[in-house]
Amino acid sequence: MPWDLKSDRPIYAQLIEQIQLMIVSGVYPAGGKLPSVRDMAAEAAVNPNTMQRALSQLETEGLLFSQRTSGRYVTEDVEKIMQIKNSLALEVIHEFLSKMNQLGYDTQQTYSLLNHMLKEDEELGEQHC
Amino acid sequence: MENSIVECRNLTKVFPGCVALSSVNLSIPKGQIVGLLGPNGSGKSTMIKLINGLLTPTSGEVTIKGMKPGVETKKIVSYLPERTYLNDWMSVQNLIDYFGDFYANFRKEKAYDMLQRLHINPNDRLKTMSKGTKEKVQLILVMSREAELYVLDEPIGGVDPAARDYILDTIISNYTENATLLISTHLITDVEKILDGVIFINKGNIVLTSTVDAIREKENKSVDTLFREVFKC
Repeated sequence: MPWDLKSDRPIYAQLIEQIQLMIVSGVYPAGGKLPSVRDMAAEAAVNPNTMQRALSQLETEGLLFSQRTSGRYVTEDVEKIMQIKNSLALEVIHEFLSKMNQLGYDTQQTYSLLNHMLKEDEELGEQHC
Repeated sequence: MENSIVECRNLTKVFPGCVALSSVNLSIPKGQIVGLLGPNGSGKSTMIKLINGLLTPTSGEVTIKGMKPGVETKKIVSYLPERTYLNDWMSVQNLIDYFGDFYANFRKEKAYDMLQRLHINPNDRLKTMSKGTKEKVQLILVMSREAELYVLDEPIGGVDPAARDYILDTIISNYTENATLLISTHLITDVEKILDGVIFINKGNIVLTSTVDAIREKENKSVDTLFREVFKC
């Protein structure tokens, strides 16, 4: 997955988000080993100190853990990863709802529009089969 | 201070009819990549030349690891000047031998490795090369030393954007954990991702020192945008 860093927000915060995303999407699976800080920094084209800061923060949150001699790993706690995944999903939904709100749809209207769209998609799918 | 590599105390440099640096107090911490940013004529190169002992201060002082610039500091500082000083009849291989003889901390294998990755033939003479390739060779020579402080004056000015990325990558992966990098440049967008901190300098005065992320956090804008605002003409 390519690293996509915006220029107007703190880099370490964006690194945290993207690493979280890579973990919940299985690019770095539960219990898997992460590349070295230096390699990750080079890949994302950021300063190693910044990458280190992001990884330490994720460690504090319990999503990563360090083994003193062998490196840094993703937590084996699948439950924990699911939690993060859910909270990321909720964020996406909140963002979606607030955008719909800007367009003038209240939650009820959004819901029925979404339902309508999903049904149409389903019908289209059936026709194809 | 224990954690800083460069210290400026009331550092002043006056040229006839012009104050290039006016009582600058500054400390650059170890292990960081720091951008020295400022418009043309702001004092960046003067500061860098003072650090390297190419100029002497009018008053005040600059120390590197507690020492005044001299033989001992030149052993631990690797400097990329804004202009070439290398003999252009020399081949890259000659230059590598030359640097190897000059500096105990020069690593030839590192230099050859980087040359190969940038597709530069070690047998080519400097004078046959384009401006950008010359710059790459110089940067390779400078980064092949295991120094404690690298001072790069406009390191990526003449190279194309693709090579710029490679060079920044080289910088990130080749400096050792404890080394410090001071980079002066106008190409802020290109370097800001790899910087820990920035120093804004204008008319011989330090206007701002901060970390990149602190600027983004506080101002919600990139260093480049902030620079354009601070130094608006």
